[in-house]
Amino acid sequence: MGKAGKIARRSFLIGSASIVGGVAFGAYLAKRPVANPLLEDLAQGEAAITPYVKIDAQGITLITPRADKGQGAYALQANLIAEELDIDPAKATLTPGQPGPAYYNAAVLEEGVPFPAYDDSWIAQRVRGMMVLPARLMEMQLTGGSSTAKDSYVKLRMAGAIARETLKQAAAELHGLARHTLTTEDGHVILPDGTRIPYTDLAAKAATIDPVRDVTLRDASQWRILGKPGQRLDIMAKSTGTEHYGIDLRLPGMLHATVRANPGLGGDVASFDASQAETMRGVQKILPIQHGIGVLADNTWRAIQAANAIDIEWGPAPYPINSEAIWDELNATLDNPDRRDHRQRNDGDVEQALSNGTPIAADYRLPYLAHAPLEPMNAIVRVTDTACDIWTGTQIPIFVRNHAADLTGLDRDQVHVHVQPMGGSFGHRLEDTHVVQAVELAMAVKGTPVKLTWSREEDMTHDYPRPAAVARARGTVSDGKVETFDLSVASSSVVESWFGRLMGPVPGPDASITAGAWDQPFDIPNYRVTGYRAPEMVPVSSWRSVGASGNGFLHDCFLDELIHAAGADPLAERIRLCMHEPSRKVLEAVGEMCGWDGPSPAPGVGRGVAFCLSFGTPCAQVVEVAQTEDGLRLQKLWVAADIGLVLDPVNTQAQIFGGALFGLAHAMNCELTYEDFAAQQENFWDYEGLRINQVPEVEVRVLTNMPGVRGIGEPGVPPSAPALANAIFAATGKRIREMPLNRHVDFA
Amino acid sequence: MKLMVNGTTHEVDVEPDMPLLWVLRDELGITGPKYGCGVAACGACTVHVDGEPMRSCQITAGDLDGEEITTIEGLGTPDALHLVQQAWVDHQVAQCGYCQAGQIMSAAALLTATPNPSDAEIDEAMSGNLCRCGTYPRIRAAIKTAAAQLSEA
Repeated sequence: MGKAGKIARRSFLIGSASIVGGVAFGAYLAKRPVANPLLEDLAQGEAAITPYVKIDAQGITLITPRADKGQGAYALQANLIAEELDIDPAKATLTPGQPGPAYYNAAVLEEGVPFPAYDDSWIAQRVRGMMVLPARLMEMQLTGGSSTAKDSYVKLRMAGAIARETLKQAAAELHGLARHTLTTEDGHVILPDGTRIPYTDLAAKAATIDPVRDVTLRDASQWRILGKPGQRLDIMAKSTGTEHYGIDLRLPGMLHATVRANPGLGGDVASFDASQAETMRGVQKILPIQHGIGVLADNTWRAIQAANAIDIEWGPAPYPINSEAIWDELNATLDNPDRRDHRQRNDGDVEQALSNGTPIAADYRLPYLAHAPLEPMNAIVRVTDTACDIWTGTQIPIFVRNHAADLTGLDRDQVHVHVQPMGGSFGHRLEDTHVVQAVELAMAVKGTPVKLTWSREEDMTHDYPRPAAVARARGTVSDGKVETFDLSVASSSVVESWFGRLMGPVPGPDASITAGAWDQPFDIPNYRVTGYRAPEMVPVSSWRSVGASGNGFLHDCFLDELIHAAGADPLAERIRLCMHEPSRKVLEAVGEMCGWDGPSPAPGVGRGVAFCLSFGTPCAQVVEVAQTEDGLRLQKLWVAADIGLVLDPVNTQAQIFGGALFGLAHAMNCELTYEDFAAQQENFWDYEGLRINQVPEVEVRVLTNMPGVRGIGEPGVPPSAPALANAIFAATGKRIREMPLNRHVDFA
Repeated sequence: MKLMVNGTTHEVDVEPDMPLLWVLRDELGITGPKYGCGVAACGACTVHVDGEPMRSCQITAGDLDGEEITTIEGLGTPDALHLVQQAWVDHQVAQCGYCQAGQIMSAAALLTATPNPSDAEIDEAMSGNLCRCGTYPRIRAAIKTAAAQLSEA
């Protein structure tokens, strides 16, 4: 702590400290510098230039603290640093680093502010800027909310530029030259006579000088890496089976473990009988843990076999016993003034408009959804009297550290979290129940590493899902136009449930209950969106695109109903209503891409258009379906999105079509239903998703009219489900107001 | 018992009903084949058994009798890519990448049996491999590229 404390005592805006054999630089624009976590274990001859760059004689290490669950975040973060540092990112070592408050994420909290993303007014900008402070305070080094690009764009380029100029300064002082006469290229400082000095040779000197702070970021026109089609840094490993995910890691002497916890989440074990399981081959230990039973064995399969052989009687969970009771509770919440959470959109006079004549009305509902990344949750934990080491793929390393410290009684700085490559997440890794279980098991065999792997069934039934929701929509039309749009949504609160698990309750409304609906850039004369908060019930969590994942469906499907009632064209009326130019251009682009000629281009063929602005990124999609003997076939999907600035064009396309297909998959055939407190779906045979034979042809166009930098991991998700439902209406005349859609139609 | 994996013979002491997947992963440390579902619903564990694509979570150790098992590690390496792997790199198919070893093994087996597959044949051979990230458009494109290269070869 002494080293980091030394930094804190200095009052640089961009702090630095000279330490034994190394140097560290802080690049955070905050009132007081946060400790640079790289200083804690710097060896002789190493320099930690900003919390994101570490150099020693062997090479350059870039710290990429935002989790890569497959969205390409590591490559993006490395590229941002490398662009200014003048190195080939493929030659650097990448590590997510140890958790530290220096790696706070401010952008992720912006989604909670009470201004829609299209509002760039002074006050909106100002409030978004203020979010830096609470993020700092809460040490939220989390990955989520499509925030990595937004949060890292300036911070990481600054880190690269500070490191570059400081290395130049080191070379300048060594050779008696002025810094401005030096240049940099491919990991070297170049002297005026052409001499090339590797950065690695300058680390020791850089350790002795103050960092250069007056750096200017390069203009985009000078970029060599950013904005250019490049190769993902992990693509070779992921194409050859040599990417080692958390589940692939092995430590010497490690035990393999699994658990069976109460499928009624939060319920206890009433009794259990492990007498048969204890005699099974390879079983080392069977022990109770919180809400379940753990098995330690010498092989994962043997652990799972033994766990399944334990006879367990479960206690009840603290929520309604089945889906029917949950729907009842949600229906009792809808339009219940005592449970009103927020109303952030209330234009015109909705009550007056609805009282004139007969309004159009419809009820909608959305199911619980599991995240189900293909890699089941796993963690390796080793606990000793003085340390706890955790190897796992996580989006919340600081919470993991804190929870392990609480459980073991160790200090937080005795807990080390080694973040592993991740086989997907979709929000699942914003939770750490499996890590806590692994810590409990490891505490029972101190000194021995324990690798806990959830079976797929355990993963599916112990997920904290996307919340179910019910909605009531009302509206009016006149003269071929949409006049009134009123939407009430009732669901449990993700913020209440998630924060409650991770760090305790937070006050205030939860904007995610209506996100993707209240904040849409449409100019409807009477326009109201209201969120109602149901009790927690099944504990819920963020699912790729969070509130917008379901609200995009509610908002856009009902808008489609009104447009149909008005007799207007679905695309033309959306464009007419849209008051935000980049959003309008996205709608126009998707129309141009598909050669839009109305919702019924041919007999038996239907096209649906949908739009959602989420995470600051407007996205419009058109889905085309055709009726066949085997059911409805998805033929084409067109997607247009505006992300402001394209930092990685190849990956941007992948995230957009991947998000859209993720939305379609769950819209078509996925839901979690509950009976006896437990999710009824267990595996991919009853939670199918999308297979290659059902994937439509996909065309993506990226626009760049929006200001600033936008995330793209999530905004592709919300519009695809309503586009599909609207296409089904166009093809069949059937208006489906709940998901999954295969409750009402068959897909070929 | 003896197992022949990627050209190497291994001696393992396991019960006959242990799935090949777990023999490979936990007994031999060959982790390219992935555990995703355990019930042949996702294809992440796909390997070749005497050249045929099989779900290694459904083959037990006792089922095997000297067959040659090939995993993604035996198909090609970063220094010597199989043509299908090269196509996967060129199209930058992977996102999280967890399913891709299985996808590549299925695609490689498809192209061995059917060097120039139709769209329907691609769908049929690949529909047992689930990708949660939605990389399917690039999987299709990569298979077509690999098939085109095969026909040139």
